[in-house]
Amino acid sequence: MRTAMANRLTPYMFMAPAAIIMAIALMYPLGYMVWGSFREWNPSQNIGEAEFVGLKNYIFLWNDPNFHESLGVTLRFAFFVVTIEMIIGVGLALLLDREIRGISLLRTMFILPMMIAPVVVGLMWRYMYHPTVGTFNRFLDSIGLPRVDWLGDYALTSVIIADIWQWTPFIFILSLAALQSLPRSALEAARIDGATGWQQIIHIKLPLMMPVLIVTALLRLIDAFKVLEVILVMTEGGPGLSTEILALRISRTATEFRELGVAAAMSNYLLILLLLLTVGMFAFNRWQEARAARLNALVEEES
Amino acid sequence: MSTPNSRANPAFYAVIALLVFMSVGPVILMFMNSFKLDVDIISGTSGLIFLPTIQNYEKALCDVLWYEPDHIDFCSLKFGNAFVNSLIIALVSTALTLVIGCMAAYALVRFRFMGRDTVSLSTLMVRMVPPAVLLVPVFGLWNNEFCLDRDGLIGGAIRDTFGGRGDVCLAGTHSGIILIYVAMNLPFVIWILQSFIVQVPRSLEEAARVDGAGPFQVFFKVVLPLIKPGLAAAAIFTFRIAWNEYLLASALSDRDTRTVPILIVNNMSEFNVEWGVIMATGMLLAIPPIIFTLLASRQIITGMTAGAVKG
Repeated sequence: MRTAMANRLTPYMFMAPAAIIMAIALMYPLGYMVWGSFREWNPSQNIGEAEFVGLKNYIFLWNDPNFHESLGVTLRFAFFVVTIEMIIGVGLALLLDREIRGISLLRTMFILPMMIAPVVVGLMWRYMYHPTVGTFNRFLDSIGLPRVDWLGDYALTSVIIADIWQWTPFIFILSLAALQSLPRSALEAARIDGATGWQQIIHIKLPLMMPVLIVTALLRLIDAFKVLEVILVMTEGGPGLSTEILALRISRTATEFRELGVAAAMSNYLLILLLLLTVGMFAFNRWQEARAARLNALVEEES
Repeated sequence: MSTPNSRANPAFYAVIALLVFMSVGPVILMFMNSFKLDVDIISGTSGLIFLPTIQNYEKALCDVLWYEPDHIDFCSLKFGNAFVNSLIIALVSTALTLVIGCMAAYALVRFRFMGRDTVSLSTLMVRMVPPAVLLVPVFGLWNNEFCLDRDGLIGGAIRDTFGGRGDVCLAGTHSGIILIYVAMNLPFVIWILQSFIVQVPRSLEEAARVDGAGPFQVFFKVVLPLIKPGLAAAAIFTFRIAWNEYLLASALSDRDTRTVPILIVNNMSEFNVEWGVIMATGMLLAIPPIIFTLLASRQIITGMTAGAVKG
């Protein structure tokens, strides 16, 4: 009797520490933020002292041109970063999918940029983009071309390039793994039927890799909304608002303008956006599983 | 897979060389610059030939050096202190996250219990929450609500034993930062470890159970040793986030608990950037992750693929 009781309690005992910590430090803060977003709230106040203003913060943001600008920058950043990284990453994977000596050493070097602190990545690129002492302008000087004001005139592009440098290897490694686990038989059959390299890629490899690619892209997309440190160090959101992504704007609203209520409302908008993306990812996964199950059933029926 | 005409293609190796150069180049550039004097960095004498100096590192580490270098008159950068803070916070939060996370992952994989689906769904959902979203509530809560009252039982005890005012808030302490890092990393660790625990054959656990081991014994003596690669991967990812994170640490720390990323950002935003010293601090911050990458790249890649593909 006692062992049965203990057995029933076991999963809860295993779950409890994680559940408690996540409840205290994730769920409660998130609820607190929703609560705070309806208030006129500055950092020196307790939330109880802050005045309840209803939807005012949300409406203010909805009509705020600066918020629109920053939302636009975020979406543009996320879109370009994910698209370009996917194209380069998958392209490289297709190109380099063959027996390479020392592939593990190569992969080690490729993941290096991902492991280094974003703050340090920002630091390196800020140095390389520097108008006078930076590597790029020195190079342009030495081959006689005019200098470019990287972080001034082309701030967003420069920031996107830095992110591409850091995260393309991620997509490259994942799609290489996907590519090398493709069923050999399909490729073999295509080759025997005389498909050219391009035909193999377009009609066989890419469609078979598609599930992994879509999950990878969505993961990258969600991560692209989290980027903050690299941009903070490189441009601090400037010049003007040209690189001020939402995460950065939230932190500036909270710390510089000291309007916690508005920052909380902004965080909520960002969360809703991400929630939609995640739900999309889920729906896609479910659909994928359902389709795989149906195909399996078909195959079994035939055999 | 290799078609005959593609085996020894020089263009192919040229592409690889270029890629390696592009991904490692900036790191090497920073490494070299951290050994140059500011004069050399700014005057821009060509990259490879210079007299290496450790002055930058001496300047960065001046508060922990056992001797006093001649070129420093005032030690302004408290790098050593920040480095120790970073180390404490990253190590403790990694250890906690791993222990708590793999227990939870085990429960989610092996047991059917009430609320299991809710838990696993919400774990997935919070994975997407960006740190910036947590900034506002965490700042508010850690400063105002998660406090020990001055007159309360524990606060009073602290005041009596250690002196001081006795009312402590989580903000500004190591534990405050550790708590939010553990919470932030848990969903990811649970997600990764689940895919490893699924692969542990059930029969092994049942055999141990028959031999009279309790559930906790089974977990610690049978399951944990089998998922070591997964644990390594999860540990590296957690450590990397805790070690590199800037935003939440900057909101929660005070002068004594600052971590290295905060120090670097603060020094960057000054008008006159001392490139050499900054690069040296950046290099010191980058060294632990670089060592991990070199030692455990296989685990990192396994973890990455498990996290993305099997989800």
